[in-house]
Amino acid sequence: MTQKHWLTSVRTPGIVLALSLFGATVQAEEPIKVGVLHSLSGTMAISETTLKDTVEMLVAEQNAKGGVLGRPLQAVVVDPASDWPLFAERTRQLLEQDQVDVIFGVWTSVARKSVLPVVEELNGILFYPVQYEGEESSRNIFYTGAAPNQQAIPAVDYLMNEYGIERWVLAGTDYVYPRTTNRILEAYLKANGVADEDIMINYTPFGHSDWQSIVADIKRFGEQGKPTAVVSTINGDANVPFYRELGNQGVSATDIPVIAFSVGEEELSGMDTRPLVGHLAAWNYFMSVDTPENAEFIEKWHAFIGDTNRVTNDPMEAHYIGFNMWVQAVEKAGTTDVDTVIDALKGVTVPNLTGGMAEMLVNHHITKPVLIGEIQEDGQFLVVWQTDDLIPGDAWSPHLPGSRDIIADWTPPISCGNFNTVTQTCSGQNY
Amino acid sequence: MAAWLLVAGGSLHAETQAFGLEMPAADLTTETTTPAFGIIAQADPYTGDMMDPSLLGTDPESAERETVETDDDLMEEAVYEGLEETAADVDVLIQRLPEGSFNDRRRVAEELAATGDPRVPVILTALLEGRLLATADDPPHILIHAETGRGGRDALTGELVDADVIASGRRIPVHNPLRNALRNLIAVATISAPDPERRAASLRRLMRDDVSPDILAYLDERVELETDPRVTDLLLTVRALARLNVDDPEQRLESIALLRGSLLSEVRVRLEATATRDEDPEVREAARDALDSIESRIRFFRFTENLFFGLSAGSVLLLAAIGLAITFGVMGVINMAHGELIMIGAYTTWFIQTLIPGALSTSILLAIPAAFLVAGLVGVAMERGVIQFLYGRPLETLLATFGISLILQQTVRTLFSPLNRPVASPDWLSGSLYVNPILSLTWSRIYILIFAIGVFIALLLVMKKTSLGLKVRAVAQNRPMARALGVRTGWVDALTFGLGAGIAGVAGVALSQLTNVGPNMGQAYIIDSFMVVVFGGVGNLWGTLVGAMGLGMMTKFLEPHTGAVLAKILVLIFIILFIQRRPRGLFPKKGRAAEA
Repeated sequence: MTQKHWLTSVRTPGIVLALSLFGATVQAEEPIKVGVLHSLSGTMAISETTLKDTVEMLVAEQNAKGGVLGRPLQAVVVDPASDWPLFAERTRQLLEQDQVDVIFGVWTSVARKSVLPVVEELNGILFYPVQYEGEESSRNIFYTGAAPNQQAIPAVDYLMNEYGIERWVLAGTDYVYPRTTNRILEAYLKANGVADEDIMINYTPFGHSDWQSIVADIKRFGEQGKPTAVVSTINGDANVPFYRELGNQGVSATDIPVIAFSVGEEELSGMDTRPLVGHLAAWNYFMSVDTPENAEFIEKWHAFIGDTNRVTNDPMEAHYIGFNMWVQAVEKAGTTDVDTVIDALKGVTVPNLTGGMAEMLVNHHITKPVLIGEIQEDGQFLVVWQTDDLIPGDAWSPHLPGSRDIIADWTPPISCGNFNTVTQTCSGQNY
Repeated sequence: MAAWLLVAGGSLHAETQAFGLEMPAADLTTETTTPAFGIIAQADPYTGDMMDPSLLGTDPESAERETVETDDDLMEEAVYEGLEETAADVDVLIQRLPEGSFNDRRRVAEELAATGDPRVPVILTALLEGRLLATADDPPHILIHAETGRGGRDALTGELVDADVIASGRRIPVHNPLRNALRNLIAVATISAPDPERRAASLRRLMRDDVSPDILAYLDERVELETDPRVTDLLLTVRALARLNVDDPEQRLESIALLRGSLLSEVRVRLEATATRDEDPEVREAARDALDSIESRIRFFRFTENLFFGLSAGSVLLLAAIGLAITFGVMGVINMAHGELIMIGAYTTWFIQTLIPGALSTSILLAIPAAFLVAGLVGVAMERGVIQFLYGRPLETLLATFGISLILQQTVRTLFSPLNRPVASPDWLSGSLYVNPILSLTWSRIYILIFAIGVFIALLLVMKKTSLGLKVRAVAQNRPMARALGVRTGWVDALTFGLGAGIAGVAGVALSQLTNVGPNMGQAYIIDSFMVVVFGGVGNLWGTLVGAMGLGMMTKFLEPHTGAVLAKILVLIFIILFIQRRPRGLFPKKGRAAEA
């Protein structure tokens, strides 16, 4: 049987070749188009290129299994070039010209905000794989990354309980994700009895490289006799000089630990890791997690990319989950029709890579475990703590006054991403 | 229970007990020096003999010997030589280390410490440093990886073990709370260690917890015996901290007087507590007064620190801008690809570092001329290939060089991947110069400051003293006249541009030690560079120096008050207003040349 034969042959590195041949054999069926909307040039290329490769790998693998509904998948890759307005244009192009059935993509919150009206207007499906600030739920977007209650809040809980931290530095890059996350964290800390003077909030511009004064401030803040920690939402490039300065000024992870929400394996592979060893990161997946699913995923990734030194990371897992959810929903619905698939996606469960089952919830977020890892010298994480259960993602934070009463539920009778439980009204999207 | 070392702060207290300090208090007066702290008390780790009481005493010879022989490997070896049949406990306990959670491991470590076995501090230190390995056998063999090299020894017997056995062992994981617990356990065990560094570290650890007056007698003892002046200082401070809690207000006042000059944060925290909570108003007053005097000293050092931060920020600006001061300042070329030339220099550093992986210092030193050449050649190629056709058309130059910058970025992205490249720093570029607890200056910043000034002076000499410099200035002032006098202006243009580009490359070497090396790194510096050159005055190297340092200082003195984001905005606004008033910058060119 041909299908079986293909299934075994793709375990070799020749996947791509094998698949293009396979594609040719089932040409009779019209392919299902999968849009890939990740920046391949510009600032964000550093993070997003890997995700483009991941989706291509998943598509290739699915084709090797015989595609979906007997039809092959075809990845349509566009390059929004780290340019936010261009994200909206490329989305329009994918949905109107290329007529894709689903889109996997987008990294930054600002890009998601610019894509959102377009996918809603043209009724597409977008799977968004990155941890974000929450306070959003669109009928057309499925959020497979962590909401704040699946990353930030458990991280703070961990530091409070295990380290006995009493003083907090919330340091972030100056844009929407850190600002919203820090607002939630600040409210949460105060609700837990942390005094105003024990919280220091600091924002820096993108790509900030001169951390001397800020690290000196943090050091000073930590010298008041109470255990202190830094919760870092510092983004991308600014992290290297930040950790270097910490190391140079003699701030060690046992004195003032830094827990980061944006530093993963991929970022560490481009850093001199010595100054970071012992600092922490909170994610929902680490490459070092020891499960058979993860070992298989890493093996496939290395075979696909042709380099055994490449790492896997959290947003890659999110795409893995999102992709499998979409495949299952399409098969359940028996069609790629957007409205039917959106309905079918709710309640779909697929295995994640850390040994659990991820479920798509009615608010279009998923259930995830939370893992805290300590950075090791080889750029990997040692898992030091994890939640017992999977945590369901909150679209709207219960810790913020504005969103406390709001829920998202895309099933009837509510069918709303912004439903106020007090006034019983749906105020539509509010972005 | 060892009554003379009761530490009120909970955790340390518990661990003191854990170390099984079963020495009667009376012993202190008779057998002076060696309390029963783990190994050191029972046997000299080097020889296995019972310890000479004068080892920590005033005998200068023995003190000297200690400092010579404090090699950890030596110590590890010696521990096993002096081993008697102590406890089979350790053999059993240690096998439980690899299993279970971090908290289980912590309990095992505490139990290990409680055995008082001489091997324990060595084992715990190895665990702390991530050098304790466990083999896959059942029960596991516990091995200690040597600090350097690939060898190691068996943790229980001390026998040397083959490198491949070591390689087969799995590291026993530790996390930060466990590391802290281990440090406390080790600190208690090493408070009377032969190595003064260890004694000091142990005291610093002790200071963190609330020191109770119960250990005063013991501290008095130590002060008498201590020979190392720095450790004595620490001891006196710890003793004064402990005396802050005694009943006699006179003694408390004395302590405050002694603590007056200290800049240690622990001292400030405790004085603050005394100033607000002590029942005696006189003591409160004195503590408040001491705090005020400490505060004023701190303010001075903070100001010094800020000054250094400003100079260092200025030196980075200077490095980034100085190449542009040549290409833009002297030649008038608006080179938007300047940042990418810096990036090329940084990538050269990375490339050389990957070529010779072992030698970090050599690779950095080699990278300086290499980056100059590589970036310089790219610069010459740019000038000959594109810019020479665009002289006198600034707008087109701007567009063309912007295009080149995008091409260079994408080329690097395609050649080396869009991911950042890791560039490591040699040891002499890490860490900081410790002046006092408030003021420590990071080495990398100090070197970069020196380096920036060096590059500036070198460039000044080239421009003022060499024939190339003379020709460059001649061409810049009056091109037709220079050509009439026989200067090959095209050749000079190419070399000048190459010089500016090469210096940008050298800046890239320095910046690779501070920030990321990636395809986008140049963009972070292009705006700052233009800002500095325009602010300082186009065509004037001294202006670039003053401009860079001025802007660096301004940013760093604004930052503590406004935050980094607003500081940056304010500096930009300032420059806009400044340029309105003085369009030619701080030091404009004077005379006829300025009109051209």
